[in-house]
Amino acid sequence: MTTNRVVTATINGVETPLLVDTRMSLLEALRDAAGLTGTKEGCLTGDCGACTVILDGRPVDSCLVMAAEVEGAAITTVEGLARNGALHPVQQAFLDHAALQCGVCTPGFLVSAKALLDKNPAPTEEQIRYWLAGNLCRCTGYEKILSAVQDAARSLKTTR
Amino acid sequence: MERRSDAPASPYKVIGTRPIRHDGEDKVTGRAQFAADVNFRDQLYGKVLRSPHAHARILAVDVSRAQALPGVKAIATHQDLPTLGEAMLETGEGAENTKYMTDRILASDKALYKGHPIAAVAATDPWTAEQALGLIEVRYEPLPAVVDVLDAMQPDAPLLYPDVTTSTLGKRERKATNVIRHTRHQRGDIEKGFAQADHVIEREFRTATVHQGYIEPQACSALARSDGQITVWTGTQGAFPVREQLATLLKLPLSQIKVVPMEIGGGFGGKIQVYLEPLAVILSRKSGRPVKLGMTRADVFQATGPAPRVVSRIKLGVKRDGTLTAAKAWLVYECGAFPSVYGVMGANMVLAPYRLANVQVDSYDVLTNTSKTAAYRAPASPQALFGTEAVMDELAERLGMDPLELRLKNAVEEGDARVDGLVYPRLGLKECLRAALASDHYRSAPPKGPNRARAVALGYWHNNSFTSSATVGVNMDGTASVVTGSTDIGGSRASMAIMAAETLGLKAEEVRPSVADTDSIGHTDVTGGSRTTFATGYAVYEAAQDALAQLKTRVARLWDVPADQVEFREGAFHGTGDGKGDGKGNGHPPLTVRQLGKELARVGGPVLGSATVSPKGVGPGFGVHIADIEVDPETGKVTILRYTAVQDVGRAIHPAYVEGQMQGGVVQGIGWALNEEYVFNDQGEMLNPGFLDYRMPTMPDVPRIETILVEVPNPGHPYGVRGVGETPIVPPLGTLHNAIARAVGVRLRSLPMSPPKVVQALQEKARAEAVAARPG
Ligand code: FES
Ligand code: FES
Repeated sequence: MTTNRVVTATINGVETPLLVDTRMSLLEALRDAAGLTGTKEGCLTGDCGACTVILDGRPVDSCLVMAAEVEGAAITTVEGLARNGALHPVQQAFLDHAALQCGVCTPGFLVSAKALLDKNPAPTEEQIRYWLAGNLCRCTGYEKILSAVQDAARSLKTTR
Repeated sequence: MERRSDAPASPYKVIGTRPIRHDGEDKVTGRAQFAADVNFRDQLYGKVLRSPHAHARILAVDVSRAQALPGVKAIATHQDLPTLGEAMLETGEGAENTKYMTDRILASDKALYKGHPIAAVAATDPWTAEQALGLIEVRYEPLPAVVDVLDAMQPDAPLLYPDVTTSTLGKRERKATNVIRHTRHQRGDIEKGFAQADHVIEREFRTATVHQGYIEPQACSALARSDGQITVWTGTQGAFPVREQLATLLKLPLSQIKVVPMEIGGGFGGKIQVYLEPLAVILSRKSGRPVKLGMTRADVFQATGPAPRVVSRIKLGVKRDGTLTAAKAWLVYECGAFPSVYGVMGANMVLAPYRLANVQVDSYDVLTNTSKTAAYRAPASPQALFGTEAVMDELAERLGMDPLELRLKNAVEEGDARVDGLVYPRLGLKECLRAALASDHYRSAPPKGPNRARAVALGYWHNNSFTSSATVGVNMDGTASVVTGSTDIGGSRASMAIMAAETLGLKAEEVRPSVADTDSIGHTDVTGGSRTTFATGYAVYEAAQDALAQLKTRVARLWDVPADQVEFREGAFHGTGDGKGDGKGNGHPPLTVRQLGKELARVGGPVLGSATVSPKGVGPGFGVHIADIEVDPETGKVTILRYTAVQDVGRAIHPAYVEGQMQGGVVQGIGWALNEEYVFNDQGEMLNPGFLDYRMPTMPDVPRIETILVEVPNPGHPYGVRGVGETPIVPPLGTLHNAIARAVGVRLRSLPMSPPKVVQALQEKARAEAVAARPG
């Protein structure tokens, strides 16, 4: 049974045709068909947020989206956050604040945080905590992630 | 939020700074390669068939229909593994008996837990592999499962093995049982000690099975070439221990196996034992192609080592003035389906913070039909100290004494002996207690209002050493590279670069650190047991010293003086002598490694220093935590209002990552205390094998975690390093138990202290009070 088909989506600003198996999730399509392995798998059940991507402006768990559904969609992954070799302020803030240890949750947090700051440039601590409630990190205790997101918000404000 | 105590001024230039970690950019851009990111053009996809029963005899396994499915290239069963004799293989945070190892990888005559691997398939795509699993026919004869440790100790309990007997205090007993070991430590006379006490309290405690909860599920790839050479790419805490386990399991020489450690997405002790790697190797051998295997989250929960459940009874006696007179501890540790050693370790931990003349500790390791337990951050210690710290708090309440002062009065110091006889070197428990007493948090007014309280507890982990290797190469421009065999889980590459830079007089950015595979560096044990910064850091220091010794000969040539008239201090080479142009190099201004670099080509070229060390001077890790909490009596929810972790960190090499270790450990401890548990049915089936129902703390569940780094340098390390990663997971269990008790007057002695249990305890308390208040 061959169940392959071509799905074309704009991934990190580039229109990209992908040959996918229709049983694939968007996560698998990104990792296996597009070779974008920055998006991580932690659970495949929508409970950890490691696979977060921005799909048409909204952060989603890519493990819960079927690849075949994204025809014509715009997708941002962690690979699309830096522009022309310059890190996004949220990426820089994660480095400055030591907000990652193992780093496997980091792509999901970065993408979720970017989606938050796109929508709400000056979130409160509580808004940050609840927005990122769907992203699990087992290493950091979240403390430095919070500081990093707060700092990224501040530096986005000054560069805007 | 983070504060340092007033430690003596640091003598260092690079140590104690916070450079951006060298591997950071790859991790924030998605370029870092984890095990699941490795792919080969011709790879096969492996899947594992697992037992649906927690305990069953395997009558027959028929793979013929699966083998016939187009696309299936290889199937592995127990027959592909050799039979091994009894021997202990030390893997880093717990030894494994080789006799049971092959059965753990692939079941032979019995399935011993739900999720036990029965067979593995490799196929051209994952869907075909999955379909093939459904075609493997296994005939089981289900057997009664034994799930609870106390049930498993009963004389009529179902037995996991017909031939396992108890080793009691080192002697083998005759009768088959699930109790594999009884350990005892004794000192003084506990009868006399308790008789001297003004107050004696004895309580029973239970902890639940919890998982390390790393976010990256196990994954690996293997390629077995036709000439017998094997390469494995995996996410592991120790490439060398993986190589050793594979060599043991497959009866191969170590030199035939190369293990490439990929970036690792968390481990916490759970990524030391091999699970998938041997299967990938067997499948690759049979198919001649690279084989990639990965676990689902449910596999991770059900078939990788959780931390053992523990039942404990703790009895402490104290005089009116707060002096402990005697202690008795009884501990039962769950092994899961294969022998493990955490009960032995727990016996050493349970009373470790206290100076005791009269003490007796008994501990048991007990088999159950659950996945083999594994190390989890400070293995064995949180479960052991939970009960001790709860009883200490009750004693403090009874004495009307400040709980920190009570601990200060009984705290161990250098020269005191642990129950097993280990004599403590320099340690900082009293310094931590004093720092806690003086902290802004502890001196602030305790939270006001009903159902709120403040409490404290201690934590301890002995810290490990083992063996580490490193090389330090000085380049032709005076910059350097550091190579070690320690997987970097939490920023250790940055610490290695800092220690090399400090030693060589360079900047952290002038050193390039990396982690090598097993062909490219000398033997290095696991990243675990809080040993990496200590032991691998020691190797880096020695390798840098080796490089400096070689560079001295270059400088001597440059200055045209004998090498013994060149010394390296304060970051530069100097001539020895009185500083006048005396022919001892003293006419030259001091020369840094960086400056020397430009001259290296003329005077002998670059150098490579190397070292393999097994340092002895491990420094123990102690910490004190303070929590302010509020309990909602309606819902049972515990809200943490403020949390501070105080810890003796020896010397913080990169303070941001030291704080990060403490904060991460605290939050894992909070999860252990309040929410996390395996829910088993009586068939031994875990009912919540996913992140939705196995509730790890999320960002809104926790407050800011304040840290106070107390630096009591470890004299056993050139830079005073003592391990820091393990200790912080220990105190939250006792701290939150004590805080709940002080807030609402109930002591929840069975973890987790989840909302339904809090509500139930409050209802029971209200009922008891109503009965007591009834007239007549
Ligand atoms: S992998 Fe998608 S939420 Fe966990
Ligand atoms: S840094 Fe390891 S899970 Fe977040």
